[in-house]
Formats: sequence, structure tokens, C-alpha cells
Amino acid sequence: MLEHLHRRSFLASFGLAASGLALGIVPRNAHGGAAEWQPSVFIHIAQTSLVTLVCHRSEMGQGIRSSLAHLLADELGANIDQVKLLQADGDPVYGDQNTDGSSSIRKRYTELRRLAAAVRVLLTQAAAKTLRVSAKSLTVADGIVSHPASGRSLPFGELIDAARKLHPIDPAKAELLPRSALRYIGAPALRSLDAPAYVTGAAIYGADVRPSGLWIAVIARPPVVGSTVRTYDDTKALAVPGVRAVVRMPDPQPPYAFKPWGGIAILADNTWAALRGRDALILEWSSSVHDTYDSTAFRSTLREAAQKPGTVRRTRGDLEAALAQADKVFEREYYVPHLPHVPMEPPTATAIYREGRVEIWASTQNPQAVQKAVAELLGIHAAAVTVHVTFLGGGFGRKSKADFATEAAYLAKHTGSPVRVQWTREDDIQHDYYNTVSYQHLTAGLDMDGRVTAWRHRTVFPPIRSVFDASANMPSPSDLQQGLLDLALDVEHIRVETGAAPAHVRIGWLRSVYNIFHAFATNVFIDELAAETGADPVATLLGVIGPPRILSLEDLGIGALGNYGASLEEHPVDAGRLRAVVERCAELCRWTRQRKRGRALGIAAHRSFLAYVAVVIALQQREGRIHIDEAWVVVDAGLIVNPDQARAQMEGALVFGLSHALFGGVTFREGRAEQSNFHDLRLLRIGDAPRRVHIELVESEAPPAGIGEPGVPPVAPALSNAYFAMTGVRLREFPMAKAFGFDR
Amino acid sequence: MSLRIKVNGVLHDLEVDPEMPLLWVLRDVLGLTGTKYGCGQALCGACSVHLDGRVIRSCVTPVRRAEGRAITTIEGLSATGDHPLQRAWIELAVPQCGYCQAGQIMAAAALLAENPEPTDDDIDRSMAGNLCRCGTYTRIRTAIKRAAKPSAPTEGSP
Repeated sequence: MLEHLHRRSFLASFGLAASGLALGIVPRNAHGGAAEWQPSVFIHIAQTSLVTLVCHRSEMGQGIRSSLAHLLADELGANIDQVKLLQADGDPVYGDQNTDGSSSIRKRYTELRRLAAAVRVLLTQAAAKTLRVSAKSLTVADGIVSHPASGRSLPFGELIDAARKLHPIDPAKAELLPRSALRYIGAPALRSLDAPAYVTGAAIYGADVRPSGLWIAVIARPPVVGSTVRTYDDTKALAVPGVRAVVRMPDPQPPYAFKPWGGIAILADNTWAALRGRDALILEWSSSVHDTYDSTAFRSTLREAAQKPGTVRRTRGDLEAALAQADKVFEREYYVPHLPHVPMEPPTATAIYREGRVEIWASTQNPQAVQKAVAELLGIHAAAVTVHVTFLGGGFGRKSKADFATEAAYLAKHTGSPVRVQWTREDDIQHDYYNTVSYQHLTAGLDMDGRVTAWRHRTVFPPIRSVFDASANMPSPSDLQQGLLDLALDVEHIRVETGAAPAHVRIGWLRSVYNIFHAFATNVFIDELAAETGADPVATLLGVIGPPRILSLEDLGIGALGNYGASLEEHPVDAGRLRAVVERCAELCRWTRQRKRGRALGIAAHRSFLAYVAVVIALQQREGRIHIDEAWVVVDAGLIVNPDQARAQMEGALVFGLSHALFGGVTFREGRAEQSNFHDLRLLRIGDAPRRVHIELVESEAPPAGIGEPGVPPVAPALSNAYFAMTGVRLREFPMAKAFGFDR
Repeated sequence: MSLRIKVNGVLHDLEVDPEMPLLWVLRDVLGLTGTKYGCGQALCGACSVHLDGRVIRSCVTPVRRAEGRAITTIEGLSATGDHPLQRAWIELAVPQCGYCQAGQIMAAAALLAENPEPTDDDIDRSMAGNLCRCGTYTRIRTAIKRAAKPSAPTEGSP
């Protein structure tokens, strides 16, 4: 189990921290017994020299616990082997804990380093005082402050009493170690602190939490959004041995946000009994306004909207005139259906309700969203909700929603028993906050030389905001920053338009979100332009991106850019970096030579979460089927703290992106999801994955960018483009499985 | 009804529905949570354990079928977590979220027990039933080969 803080005692010692010193150094004598010094909420040092660090990000496979521990240890001058890692439990002293947006490192890199630096400086000052030497004559390494001139040294543990008497240091003014003095940050193979627990079965996930007296709950949820229980008969369900209770869940009213989904819960001593109880339930659902939701019909609705002029969201030059004057106008359409998250661990959360307080253990990406949603549901203060973050068996955005935890909290309060809500795979696939469904219509005007002079991109999709505001049917600017507003184009006349689209299911963030379909349409369209003009796809891609340059808002044709929460000064839209990953990827795969030899290669590139990624995929005919043979990925994510984990994220993103492209899509008929488990919602299996994968990380001192998500968007278009290279046939929508010889 | 099963060398007398899948006996009754639920229909392999040395999907195996036979779970694969596969998995940092990895390792252990030097095709066939949503397949392949031949240098990424 992840070791957690003992929250109450901890908070008691941190009165100041809660009032705004979240990342600050707490004044001397504020807290900590004699045996431990707590200079920061993130760093505690014991007399034994044990360094306890707190990870306030959820671990879902991105290796963030190991990365943050090494980051802090490095700047502190500690050895990773003397570090003990605790998991934060949603306490506001750590700031926002929502683990999403590929933001854990990029938004906190400097801040956390400064914090560790401030502690190191205090330890150094304490040593200087103790040894009666100047602080400058001291060095820090492996948790020991040394005075090389005299050969004397003091371990951290022996300095804490002196350190706690010193004046605190403002972390913002703490000097960071020079790059040359860092031993962990950027090192090729940082140890995974959690790997031993993963490979022995010792890691405790949300599903593994077993307080005594636990009841397992499974819930029969409304098959159509908006429908409710009309009648039900639980006689047979209650007769199943082990079933303890049947509870009717509250019917949610829109906006659905993170509320429980409604339906009937079966609570039992074990999962098997709960499942059998649910099977034995007789129930009838009411009708819903979403009963007519039909994916085939909705595709046509979206298509019609994408073919009409929409609301202008980005404009540069005079698009209409440019199209009218173009030598040739080229138009194509792209469709991407709802994509599911399907983390290997389906959603699950445990709750205990006692005297107005709730304690929750959950595989959550966002413990504070759980606190808020549970507090709202039960009418208590968020401070009365403690959320222990377990290991997450995959997240991908699904577990940033608090719905499954609110279900558990409701049932715990209602029954008085500890309750774990377990979603089945069928529940997961049929009641997801799906990635949205989109239709895109792209138009290019070409001059006589085949140069692109005009570019119009229409995108239509129900936005995520519809979950929080039922009337929302238009993309927000932060939706469109994902591959549309921020797209580097060397085109004189540009226009991006959006159309309205209502949501008929819950929609949510999925690893790289809207970038998935925007990057797909853009990169396939560029490949189509290359084919149309008889040019090389890499040359056309570089031509559309244009020369190396920083694009201003004016260049882009927009008034503002969310830019994933980062400033444009620190993270500009840099066409040069995008070009560079394309050029390097083409070089690595020997693009020109291999294409001449007839090898089917496809390329795509995309900037997302401030990182630049290019992907090349090679296909091969073998035993009458097309195999995904080899892949090259080049990523420029600025400075990288944990290169091996960055590679792992790219390897994983490749498989994730291929699953979307080949099998992607939950479809709806009469309002119900048509897929239910891995037989009809396939994922890539080991034999379908490329055997040879080459990942290259661009060496960079640019500020850190995202890593968890940016690898996904270029994968599907690279696959489609490779397929065209092999067959001359275009794949403009997901799923592509049939074209590749899969049943579905 | 009482039945007796042997898990990781330990005998247990159970009062459970004999139709209860072994997965839920392991997890909910015996508290051995290393074996995971992923699909309940033998489609993903997260629940893989050994029954008399052969890999089975515990989510569709009624516990009565395990009566009188030896069950091995991830907790019992090695005494101290140092099975060659576990070592290779750690050295190559195979796990991302880790949730499917117990099943992957149990499937790989059964493969190596039968075929000490598997080819890529052998691995593809034997591991086809084990899904990984994080996409660790490349490293799983490399790690199986490393565990098969611990002394030989490992080719390919990472």
C-alpha cells in the first residue's frame, strides 16, 4: 500500500502552511518533534537522516512518484536510497493535485527544485555554523554536508537541530544547483521506486483496499443517459447468498458532472455474490431524451454541420478570396468516433462514513475533485472528506472524474457499512466519460505550383463542458487550442470554424483529448495534399509548417492562446522545433531511401502539451496480412527529468494510439453503447504491436514540456499515411481494423 | 459446502459457493490481491495464475476445479520476489501502471517453464491473451528474453 500521511496530526503541525505557504518554508520551531524536522510540507528530515518526501501527484503508470522523488532528492543533495516516499491525500497544503494535462513536471519543475534548494541551503548554513567554516567551503552529496578542506562531514540527521533554529529562506530566492552538479535529473536510467511492488503483487490499487467489514457493491446503471429506474424487483437478488442489501441510487439531474449515475446497487460480502445479485435483479428503465442517440445518424448530423460555414475561431488573411483565386481547391473529411479509456483497472473506490466524516480510498487522478463532489453530494464540508490516493491501474483521464467515489460515499452513508464500489469491464465500457465524437472538414487552396495558399478547418464535436453545463454545445477556446488554434501553418489565409453539436453521453478528457482527432485530420490532410501534388509527404509537411520561426498570436490569427496554462514567452509556438523532430524522424528511418525501396512509411507530427513529437510507422505484408512492423518516435519535450520513463511513455502512447486507430470507437444505438467487453472493443495485443520501436529524445535545455500525452496524437495519422503508401487507399476515420485484416 | 484448495503451498478449507470463480476466492476470501480483475471473461489475462504449473484465467475458473490441485499466484511465484522474470521486469522498468503485470509475469513464467528459449513468434502466441493498456509490450518481449538467457546481452529497446 502507498504510505500515506497521518493527516490529522500533520495538519495540526501546519497551521501556517494552510494559510498560503503551500510550497513555502515554514518558519522555525513551527512544527516537528525533536526526531524530525519538517522544513516544508514536501520534505521531512529525520535524526536518522531518513529523508521523507511527499508525492502529491497520482501514480497511474507515468512513473511520476519516481521522477518527483529523484527531482527533489537531487536538488536537496540526498541519495535516493535514503528517501522514503509518502503519498499526499488531497490536503490543500500541496496545492492542486489534479494529475492531468501532462503537467506534473512541466508546471512544478522549478518550484519543487527551489523548495529542495532552500532546504539544502539551510542544512549547509547549519553545518557552517556547527563546523565554524564558511558555507561556501561546504559540499552536499548523499545526504551529507562535507568540508573537503578539513575532511570533516555531517549527515543531514545531525544538522536538523541547528537547521531548525535558522531563519527560513524564501524558496524563490534559493539558488539552484548548476546542471553539472545534478546526478539524477536527466540521468538515463533512474530506478523505479515502485517496480518491486508491481512485480510481486504487493502494490495496492483502489481495487485492493479491504477494510474489515467491507461490502462490495456493483451497480446496475441506466443504459441510456437520462433514463431512471421505473420499477424493480430485488427479491431474487436478495436471495443470493452473500447479498446484504439493495439500494436505489439517487437519480442524477443534468449537468451530470461527477454525480453518481443512478440505478440499483447490490451490496454483498464478496464480488461474486454482488455480481450474481445484479444478474438476478429484475428492473425496467424509464425512457430518456437520449433514447434516439444513434452513432450512424449522429455522424450525418455532424457531417452536415461541418459542411456549413460555422463560427469563426481563428482567422488570418482573406480566406474566401484566396479560395476563389486558388488554382485548385482540395477538400477532405475525417471522422473519429467516441473513444473509451478502458484502464486495465476499472473504476473502483472504497468509502467509510462515520459521524459526518468520510474516508475514501480511490484510484483517483484528482483527490480534491473527489472531496468536492462527495461533500456536495452528502452536504458536508470538503474538509470532512479524506481521500487516500492508491496506485491507479491506469488512468488516461477516466480517473480524473470523481463519479465512482461519490457512488461509494453515498452507499457508505446509506448503509453504515464500509463499501467498495467495483465497476465491471462492461460498466466501464458502457458508462464512460468518452472522448468526444468529431467530424472535420478541411479545405485547401493551392496555387499553380501546388503551394498551399488557403487553409480552412471546420471541426464539429460536442464539448466536454456539456458535462458541467448541459446547454454547452460549442467548443471552448481551451478545446480548440488542442491542435487548431496553435497549429503552425505557413499559409497566408487561414480560417478555423466550429459548429454546434449537443452531447448525448457523458464526455470527458482522454489522454491527449481533442488533439487525437485534430492531429489525425491535419496530418492525413497534409499527406493527401502531397499525393495530390505529387510531392514527397515529408517535404509537404515541412512546407506547410514553414521555416523555423516563433509564431505570434497575429501570425496564428487568434486573439489569445491558452497554451496549456503556460506563457508564450516560456513556451512559444515554435515551428523550428516541430520541423526539427520531423527532419530527425525522417533521417532516423531513412525515409527517402526506404521509400525508394518500396517500404510503406507514413509520417505525422504534432505539438501538444508544449511538446513536439514526430512519428513514422512502417508497414509490412506478411502471411497475407498487413503488419505494423516498425516505428520511430522523436520527441522534443524540453528538459527531461526521467528519460527512461519518457521513453516508456512514448512506447505506451504508440500502442495507445494504435488501439484507437485500429479498434477505436464505442458506438451507440437507441442510446445504448453497443460494445461491452474486450471481445467487441478490442485493444492492441502484443503480436499486433510493432516489434521494433525506436524512441529518440531531443537533447534540450528548454523548459520541461508534457510527456504523458503528446506521444498519442501523431500515431493514428502516421498509421493512415503508411497504409496509403502501401495500398493507395485512404483511411479517413477510425476504426481502421478491417483494412488491416482484423475482424472489426 | 466445504472445499480444500492449496495456494502458494498453503492449504485452505473454504466455505464458499463452488461455482465462485477462483479470482474472487483469491481476492475477496483469501485476501491475495496481487491477482487482478480486468474483464471477467478470460479476455485480458490480468487474472492469470498457475494451476498445477499451467497458466489459467482465474476469472472464469470455478473454484471447484482447483480442488486438490496446486495454485500459484504472483505472491507465490518466488519467495523473495527474485524470479528471473521479476528481476528482468525491474531491470528493464517494464511496468507502467503495473496492474496487468502480475498476469503478464505469470503467463511468461508458464511460457518459460515449457519453452526456455522462446522466439518472438512464441512470445506473441503465448502472451496474446494478456492485454496491457499502458502499452508495455516492447519491454515485456525484451524482458522475457532477458529472463530466458540472463547472461546474454539483450537486443533492442530500451
